[in-house]
Amino acid sequence: MAIPLSYNLRNLVVRKTTTLMTALGIALTVAVLLSVLALVNGLQSAFKSTGSPLQVLVMRKGATAELSSGVTRETFQNLKAIPGIAKNGNEPMASLEMVTVINLPSVDSPEGKNLTLRGLLPAGIEMRDGLKLQQGRWFNAGQREVVIGKSIATRYPDAQMGKSLRFGRGEWVVVGVMDGGQSAVNSEIFGDLNQISSDFNRSDGLSSVLLRATDAATVPALINTLNDDRRLGVSAITEKSYYESQTSAAAPLQFLGLFISVIMAIGSSFAAMNTMYASVARRAREIGTLRVLGFSQGGILISFLLESLLLSLLGGVIGCILVLPLNNITTGVGSFVTFSEIAFNFKVSPAIMLIGLGFALFMGAIGGLFPASMAARKEILTALREV
Amino acid sequence: MFRFLPLMVKNSLRNRRRSLLTIGSVAVSLCLLGVLFAIYNTLFLGEATPAQALRLIVRHRVSLTQSMPVSYRQKIEQVPGVKQVMIWQWFGGTYKDARDPKNFFARFAAEPDRIFSVRTEYEIPEAQKLAFQRERTGCIVSQALAEKMGFKLGDRINLVGDIFPVNLELKLVGIFTEPQNEEVLYFNRDYLRDALGARNPRSDQVGAFVVQTNSADDVARVAKTIDDTFSNAPAPTKSESERAFQLSFASFVGNLKLFLLLICGAVTFTILLVSANTISMSVRERVGEVGIMKTLGFTQGNILGIILGESAVISLIGGAIGCLLAAFLCQGVAHSPGASYIQALKSLAITPMIAVICLGVSLFIGLVSSVFPAWGAARTSILDSLRYSG
Repeated sequence: MAIPLSYNLRNLVVRKTTTLMTALGIALTVAVLLSVLALVNGLQSAFKSTGSPLQVLVMRKGATAELSSGVTRETFQNLKAIPGIAKNGNEPMASLEMVTVINLPSVDSPEGKNLTLRGLLPAGIEMRDGLKLQQGRWFNAGQREVVIGKSIATRYPDAQMGKSLRFGRGEWVVVGVMDGGQSAVNSEIFGDLNQISSDFNRSDGLSSVLLRATDAATVPALINTLNDDRRLGVSAITEKSYYESQTSAAAPLQFLGLFISVIMAIGSSFAAMNTMYASVARRAREIGTLRVLGFSQGGILISFLLESLLLSLLGGVIGCILVLPLNNITTGVGSFVTFSEIAFNFKVSPAIMLIGLGFALFMGAIGGLFPASMAARKEILTALREV
Repeated sequence: MFRFLPLMVKNSLRNRRRSLLTIGSVAVSLCLLGVLFAIYNTLFLGEATPAQALRLIVRHRVSLTQSMPVSYRQKIEQVPGVKQVMIWQWFGGTYKDARDPKNFFARFAAEPDRIFSVRTEYEIPEAQKLAFQRERTGCIVSQALAEKMGFKLGDRINLVGDIFPVNLELKLVGIFTEPQNEEVLYFNRDYLRDALGARNPRSDQVGAFVVQTNSADDVARVAKTIDDTFSNAPAPTKSESERAFQLSFASFVGNLKLFLLLICGAVTFTILLVSANTISMSVRERVGEVGIMKTLGFTQGNILGIILGESAVISLIGGAIGCLLAAFLCQGVAHSPGASYIQALKSLAITPMIAVICLGVSLFIGLVSSVFPAWGAARTSILDSLRYSG
């Protein structure tokens, strides 16, 4: 017969100061791990919700990012003739785009942060499903007008409706704020392709082409045709996988965060071990009594292990509660792919919290195993005689 | 106070397992704290070397990826205090298989006739220097890179361009030594221009200039003058000291400063909890004993001191072990591939200053965590403590 769980619960309540202190130690460790995971999770979901699996991003052969790619207008004309591209009326759904980086002062750094500026034509806006205006209107062709992503509007004091930004050869008026859901578009600035490319002296040195395939089945064929055509000299991948690969921006922080959590976890399991050893030592007579009553060694082992797990679970729950306020807070991370900042929200998802609880239980198991086996191995007579 | 030291040590040896676990948990936490302090120190507090202090980097205000006209050089040279200006162009590209991070190292186009007078800390045999200046397709690498990649003089090094649409076939003509263990390759900018072709608009553009000033005091003024000169040009500049330039890569990743400070806070608080917990456990076990000690004539102050001292001894030992561990870890990080990206991490080390801070933190933790239990034990009346049963 197993020792009832209420025995362990009561013991934890009786020694509430020790219980709470040990649990708080575990909680902080879990909180550190969870905040890093929430950051990475937020960044991943921003990139994952960017781009459509039906669309193909075309860059110069060898280029791994839009920023280092170069495409001419001639290539664009040739690309449009390739079979497998969806049509909107008579026009193939293809968007020629220019990407560059501009610098604006932000709330965190008056020195200025880099932002992605994208020049495109109305066709390019139509191809971005789910992108809508939150305020104002789209930019007009041939005008120095820009539309900013909604995260930019909140993080950059200069980027506001009606104000103007200085870059290229002059002032650009902000005429709208766009909302791309969770996507990376929220950290970009859109403007007229021709106006922007002429401001940056790149009328024929554009960055990339976005194509929409007729259906999901033609996507691989379209990509193959583009990659194999030596005359075009381009490489193509789906828009979705291009953005997914950018999650590597979080790699340094992720590495640092995991490293720190693991080391903190070692310290916290030592602490849990200490608590459990003390708990075992103080209850020697109880353990002896339990044995006399007929509870088996295994039962005692399991009981003390469970107590340690309960203790760490409490820590895990507190840890989760500690990081909950982080949820949906906006932050920014610089990416070496785009050389600009992407804003995203911390995402404390249930899956992450489960990882945190699992991490806490792991610490509890490590910390509880030795004390529990010591408890189980106690000789009945010596245990009863101990003070 | 010190005459009680043997008593403190004896006390801490009484429950060895507990003391060892406490020491262990203080040690790992302080090891972590030490590494974080070291990172903070090299990134944000490190000093520039004397040669570095004379240099500043001029780049496009937006980022290194955007270029400036090469004609800026003449204007920069006219700024008072400027000794020399060298073109410094990030090439990027890939060497062999880019998927292997080992193949990542910095590749720059530079000017062979100026590089050794601008970067005075670079040392190279005279014959190799001349070869670099003479051979258009020649390149030089740092000692650290040559060792890592196994490069020998005369090796062919082929780079496939990405930012620049050209492929370079370089020949290794020199290996230089420098104090910072950089992993870097330099080749002749003229070769890049030839490869691009004179008609390519990018052959008249450069990514950055390294400016050498006459004295370190001039750097700030020169930087401001240069930026003011080009503030209304199509390509505005940003000039900063070489050290600040290197740091901008680290801070680009995010608000690293805040991140490090928050984590340090969480770690310190966690150790405080852990050791306060242990100390109060061991004090509770000893209430009866404290009663006997008081009967024997130990004063409240004595009791307080003995308990505080015991806790301080335990956490100081933990702190010392933590420092040692941290020193090993820093060595490891400094030689890891990650350090190729952030130059400052190469000099990651536990300096005596950091060791002192770590020991100070552990002393602080030992004292603060035991002050409440110790105070409680010291104040309990003799009768109460003798009557107390565990």
